[in-house]
Amino acid sequence: MNSSAIIIMVVTQAIVIAFTAFFFYKVLKTPPKPEPDSYSENDDVLIRKKDTSDE
Amino acid sequence: MLKTTESWGSRVGLILAMAGNAVGLGNFLRFPVQAVQNGGGAFIIPYLVCFLIMGIPLLFIEWSSGRYGGKFGNHSTPYILDTMAKGRLFKYIGVFGIFTNIAVVAYYAYIESWTMSYVYHSLRGTFSGMSQSEVAGFFNSYVDVAHSTTGIPYEAVVFYILCLALNTFILSKGLKGVEKVAKIGMPMLIIFGVFLAIRGYTLGTSGASDLFPNANAWDGLNFLWTPQFDSLSNPKVWLAAAGQIFFTLSVGMGTIHCYAAYVKSKDDIALNSVSAGFMNEFVEVVLGSAIVIPIAAGYLGLDWVINNAGFGMAFQTMPYLFQQWGPILAAIAGVMWFGLLFFAGITSSLGMGTPWMGFMRDEFGWSRNKGAWSFGALALIMGLPTVLFFQNGVFDDYDYWAGTVSLVIFAFFEVILFAWIFGMDKGWAEINSGADIRVPKIYRFIIKYITPLLLGWVFFASLPSIFDNISHKNTYNKAAFANEFYAENFEGSGTSVGTVESVDGQHIKFSFENTRKRYDKVTNEAVTETFTDYKEYAFKDGQKTAVQLGDVVKPGDLIATGSFTNDVFYKNIGRAMLLGLFLFISILVYLAFLKRKREGRATL
Repeated sequence: MNSSAIIIMVVTQAIVIAFTAFFFYKVLKTPPKPEPDSYSENDDVLIRKKDTSDE
Repeated sequence: MLKTTESWGSRVGLILAMAGNAVGLGNFLRFPVQAVQNGGGAFIIPYLVCFLIMGIPLLFIEWSSGRYGGKFGNHSTPYILDTMAKGRLFKYIGVFGIFTNIAVVAYYAYIESWTMSYVYHSLRGTFSGMSQSEVAGFFNSYVDVAHSTTGIPYEAVVFYILCLALNTFILSKGLKGVEKVAKIGMPMLIIFGVFLAIRGYTLGTSGASDLFPNANAWDGLNFLWTPQFDSLSNPKVWLAAAGQIFFTLSVGMGTIHCYAAYVKSKDDIALNSVSAGFMNEFVEVVLGSAIVIPIAAGYLGLDWVINNAGFGMAFQTMPYLFQQWGPILAAIAGVMWFGLLFFAGITSSLGMGTPWMGFMRDEFGWSRNKGAWSFGALALIMGLPTVLFFQNGVFDDYDYWAGTVSLVIFAFFEVILFAWIFGMDKGWAEINSGADIRVPKIYRFIIKYITPLLLGWVFFASLPSIFDNISHKNTYNKAAFANEFYAENFEGSGTSVGTVESVDGQHIKFSFENTRKRYDKVTNEAVTETFTDYKEYAFKDGQKTAVQLGDVVKPGDLIATGSFTNDVFYKNIGRAMLLGLFLFISILVYLAFLKRKREGRATL
């Protein structure tokens, strides 16, 4: 491969990978909002919170 | 009205479903071909610019419109748009958001069924020992429905119906089913893609053979990524980049609105939309560019790739290339490649079912099962002409009208509606409501001015080709039924004339001057050269050739007489069905309006 092709390829792919990883990392690390939210898999979070506050 | 109790299982599931909806066959087949044809590495510059100023704004618009409509219990575009602005007409623009999905899935599921079938054939070792032309010939006989490659009668139709039934079954399980497929399909797709991409990057010259001694995978990557900066001043390249961004993100379809309608108003859409968008870009730019082009160049040489780059490479070439890796690796690679395409396809086709199901549930109280199976039935009715008359151009015609034109029309109107009628103040507040990232303020300006202008340009630049298609300008045989048959263009530009090389009662063979491209390693550019090409016509009983040996024939000259049913006839059937579908959904929207009016829920 010639150097300009390598530069364009590496820079483009690095930018795309970096942004994809950054945004997906942010999704994983952002704490869920208080219930009720859009997602059924954390529906028990509200109950847990209530339980804790009641103690 | 049924109360909607459906919701996404998890945030990651929603993003994977959205990304899966966007990641489709085009990521692996269309993007590299567009790049090769539009300036190689330089194509990536307009492509990324269009992603930033058209792709991301459209994602913001569609996600926020969907979530906004969902607050009012609307899960499909007719009534999502209706809630955003006063006026009875907007819901009919929203008809595009259901129509496009049903019309596209009708032919898209056919390609998806090819991938299912090719997984089966890869495992069975069908391609073992076949030459390149035999593999290409296998595809042609597969899409000829009367021919069977497995002994199953009407094999292509059987696989098509199986594929639609699988989609319908998963859809009948609701969002949970869609999410489960995305959670399995997307990681599998990425794993398969990475494996094949590694092969693409490491193949080098090891695939060269006596037949293709100059084959080199690096040439493919070189040609794909070497920037030809002069192409940046060419508007056609920008139009191609805008088009690619459009299709790859699945915007302008109505699916994103539908998925986002199940997101609650305090939950984020800003971070979710860019995450799904960038995941699609990762699959397209990083994986999509590293498979078809380098592997094909590694075995067949770059000249072959330049002259044959297209959608058919996936089915007509890749199975042959995998055979070079030995029988076991060939089966594994075949399963991975067609499995990857299958996952890319099914995560998109499932998305296409949800707007119809959402609409029928919201407006007429249909259950998930009823919604899913009625969608399957509609897709089957709409899709059969593309399967049965594939070789008569119905498939391509559907792709043009439903998969291209209606996306552009809908996206153009929805941007105007969002930015100028719903208004940027409300729109901007909607995008930022519950946002987990700070959306740069420049996007307020881009959404209001730049995106509509860019989409308007794409729309108006498409108008000449739309009129050409309406009038069947690409053929000289414009009548559905005729007693005369005229020579079609010998090559793309229509300037070459043909010389009759051989002729009998029902066959003609023409020779003509054609052009092809050759890769010049010194300048890193494709050089055009001319060569003598051949074209043959085979006529049926009741048809007779009307030329003599040595005749020079121009496109449009009479070459046969008899009784002809031209492709235009089949295309008109397809167009009538598309128009019928649009009217049918419009009537349903009107009936829903009357029902809402009776119930005192109609907006005026």
